[in-house]
Amino acid sequence: MRAMTQLDQIRNFSIVAHIDHGKSTLADRLIQMTGTVAARDMKAQMLDSMDIERERGITIKANTVRIEYPAKDGRTYILNLIDTPGHVDFAYEVSRSMRAVEGSLLVVDASQGVEAQTLANVYQAIDAGHEIVPVLNKIDLPAADPDRVKENIEDVIGLDASDAIPISAKTGLGIPDVLEAIVTRLPAPKGDRDAPLKAMLVDSWYDAYLGVVVMIRVMDGVIRKGDRVKMMQTGAVYGIDKLAVLKPQMVDIAELGPGEIGVLTASIKQVRDTRVGDTITHERKGCDTPLPGFKPAQPVVFCGLFPVDANDFEALRDAIEKLALNDASFSYEMETSAALGFGFRCGFLGLLHLEVIRDRLEREYDLDLITTAPSVVFKLHMKDGEVRDLHNPADMPDLTYIDHIEEPRIKATIMVPDDYLGDILKLCQDRRGIQLNLTYAGSRAMVEYDLPLAEVVFDFYDRLKSVTKGYASFDYQISEYREDHLVKMSILVNEEPVDALSMMVHRDRAEMRGRAMVEKLKELIPRHMFKIPIQAAIGGRVIARETLSAMRKDVTAKCYGGDATRKRKLLDKQKAGKKRMRQFGKVEIPQEAFISALKMDE
Amino acid sequence: MEDWRAGGFGLYIHWPFCQSKCPYCDFNSHVAASIDQGRWRDAYLREIARLGAETRGRVLETVFFGGGTPSLMEPEVVGAVLEAVRATWPMVNDPEITLEANPGSVEAGRFRAFREAGVNRVSMGVQALNDDGLRRLGRLHSVAEARQAFDIARNCFDRVSFDLIYARQDQTLADWRVELREALSMAVDHLSMYQLTIEDGTAFGDRFARGGLRGLPDEDVQADMYDATQEICAAHGMPGYEISNHARPGAESRHNLIYWRMGDYIGIGPGAHGRLTLDGQRWATVAPRAPGAWLARVEAGSDGEDPREAISREEQATEYLLMSLRLTEGMDIARHERLAGRPLNAARLRHLAEEGLVTVADGRLKASPTGRVVLNAVLRELLM
Repeated sequence: MRAMTQLDQIRNFSIVAHIDHGKSTLADRLIQMTGTVAARDMKAQMLDSMDIERERGITIKANTVRIEYPAKDGRTYILNLIDTPGHVDFAYEVSRSMRAVEGSLLVVDASQGVEAQTLANVYQAIDAGHEIVPVLNKIDLPAADPDRVKENIEDVIGLDASDAIPISAKTGLGIPDVLEAIVTRLPAPKGDRDAPLKAMLVDSWYDAYLGVVVMIRVMDGVIRKGDRVKMMQTGAVYGIDKLAVLKPQMVDIAELGPGEIGVLTASIKQVRDTRVGDTITHERKGCDTPLPGFKPAQPVVFCGLFPVDANDFEALRDAIEKLALNDASFSYEMETSAALGFGFRCGFLGLLHLEVIRDRLEREYDLDLITTAPSVVFKLHMKDGEVRDLHNPADMPDLTYIDHIEEPRIKATIMVPDDYLGDILKLCQDRRGIQLNLTYAGSRAMVEYDLPLAEVVFDFYDRLKSVTKGYASFDYQISEYREDHLVKMSILVNEEPVDALSMMVHRDRAEMRGRAMVEKLKELIPRHMFKIPIQAAIGGRVIARETLSAMRKDVTAKCYGGDATRKRKLLDKQKAGKKRMRQFGKVEIPQEAFISALKMDE
Repeated sequence: MEDWRAGGFGLYIHWPFCQSKCPYCDFNSHVAASIDQGRWRDAYLREIARLGAETRGRVLETVFFGGGTPSLMEPEVVGAVLEAVRATWPMVNDPEITLEANPGSVEAGRFRAFREAGVNRVSMGVQALNDDGLRRLGRLHSVAEARQAFDIARNCFDRVSFDLIYARQDQTLADWRVELREALSMAVDHLSMYQLTIEDGTAFGDRFARGGLRGLPDEDVQADMYDATQEICAAHGMPGYEISNHARPGAESRHNLIYWRMGDYIGIGPGAHGRLTLDGQRWATVAPRAPGAWLARVEAGSDGEDPREAISREEQATEYLLMSLRLTEGMDIARHERLAGRPLNAARLRHLAEEGLVTVADGRLKASPTGRVVLNAVLRELLM
């Protein structure tokens, strides 16, 4: 009886929104208005706890909060909000969070309308069988046009928006209506308290004090502190040390029943020991069938990370190992480069994931890093029938052994005001894109393209932003591997190959990319006492060449008694700066030259 | 033999005042409304006495009044200083006593008095033989005044040198050739020719940082100008003996040679640097830069110096290398090796020789004419 009442008084939901449409602000308001966190403890954007998340205004890891809400019907409800990441790189995290809740709030900026990311996430919510409540945010802005945006939601998503709730998360307007709608319009979870325990492992992370923390959603049965539980996929058995709910700080709880969401710790060593999507049950009298599982996320973008100062290699190793404890989707292995020394080849879910990891390494671990050009995983079909994954262009085997090469393709969805459509189509065409679909919703166009991922990781995102002045939104999903005419382009400086600069390119675009690279290097490498040829080559064939002429003049005009000390100290300083130079044969290339040459936005 | 003896022993006196500050100048010079020259004279004399006591018995070869604009000193002050110098140190038979002078009419009027005080060489800041060029350099004199002052100097002193600044705004290679030939046609025995260098902390430095000061010749034109200078001067019997200095053989600045050959020198006056070997240890000395602070210290009876810095033998080796390679005569390899305690990197040396940038012969390492234009790069290669 008690269990039935409880289930009826629980609502589990997530919030779907595009970056900047106010998801985190709305979450903050819900927490604040229900008194979950005392006003004085309230930091703006409560749930985005990492510095980088707060700074970039994005959510990376799913966060959860349990809110107690006394509704108008006189009963107090437990609302569990799972705050999902909004970015395409973390689509996988979104999908698993969605499976743990029954409903979603779809937040759309009332002045802007639906964006590409909103679309991807809302379809995930629909796939997970969610009830969806549309919310129009920023209704207080002069540019807000709720009627047009409602129409937009109906046109683009095909969702009835007539009951959309107008709010301003910033001012607090409409928040009580949202709380009430969560209770009245979203379904209560279902579950059987008396059935064997069946809980979903929603997420896990590493906490410096508690070790691995596991977030669960109980489907059936009851889980209690001290229980011995089994992970059905891995077969590992643990005793539960701690059971808690997040408010959003951890508050211990004796048990969690069906429909409830909470966290547990159980002396688990690494995040890698937990499988998101795994089913947790009791060691004895467990359930028979596990929940449908998830495929683990596969890294799709790779790059090398090297310490600027070779002495920091061990510090980098420690930092990467620590980060990996908390992020099972990020892979790494040691790499040696003639140009950059010892470092790591790392795999990421996407470019943002790459940037976030790099930022965290630099900021939290105080490391100066060189990031090599991001690349994707190519599949090499060897003549002997073997298929190899190529993560690093430097590892490309001799062409005579290769039958053909496949690269990952994506299906990209771009939404853009129609004024910029021409620029977008040109950009996609230039990047070897194949148009799949083009539709209009009002004055906004939605295009779908089949594009090579390698072209997207290069600088597509930055180009997209610049040609549309930031008005385009973009989302993608990996579609398939497909054969194309791909080659490895090497860069030679003074006849010496520079491994860190080699890259895989499409044959038809090699000349252009090669030319751009040698021209850039000519600007970046300082003149030497002799002239230096800079070449781009495919195999033994040079496809672009520039010559850096010899230095003609570098001498101090005046140097008398008073200048001796100054000049000596300057030379000493330059000697220290030389550590940041890399030697290639007779040529010294400053570290900054690598960094600039490899920069993805140029 | 103590190492410094290979370079000689000289005295530098710094006069820190100018009538106006030139926009390119990063020397320790100041514009002051009124200067009590008697107080400055007394301060110089005190310092001469103090440093004389430390270097008793050394034979002084040169005295150099630099600045600032030392031709603004009262001739009596110069006379009193030189009198004290002669009373303090034994001097060689033919000491070189140089004073830097502005080529203005006021200064020219004092040349005879300076000669009577003991000055036997002037170095004039002519800077350009082109009125537009002078204006852009912020100079107060005209070409005509400079020529007049030069003629007077020629009559007063055994030796006259002047400075020119080239690679100026909008100056072409052809312009510079014309100006240089004109300079050589004057009866000069020594010329210092500096390519305009934009220094931080100067008016030009600020303008340049703000994107001003357009029309400066690029690196290639600068190099062509330098090469033309070497060639034309050599053809006129004034070969370059240092990166920026040319002289008829025998008319080289002996005082400056002490710096480049890494001898010992005393520096007196605000911001003046010195090198002194005392009991086998070489010291770098430097005086407080602000004129008022220096004067007050000396008048208070304390020494006009910041704490001295000991220079290790390895540092001396570096200084010797970077100074001596500026000279056409180059560096004594054995002397460098004695200071450094080890030979120069043989592979680097060979590589530089292969590139035609240095030569090694008769125990001397020299930068070749092409090597001297890129001397900073040659030094980096040898020192790192």
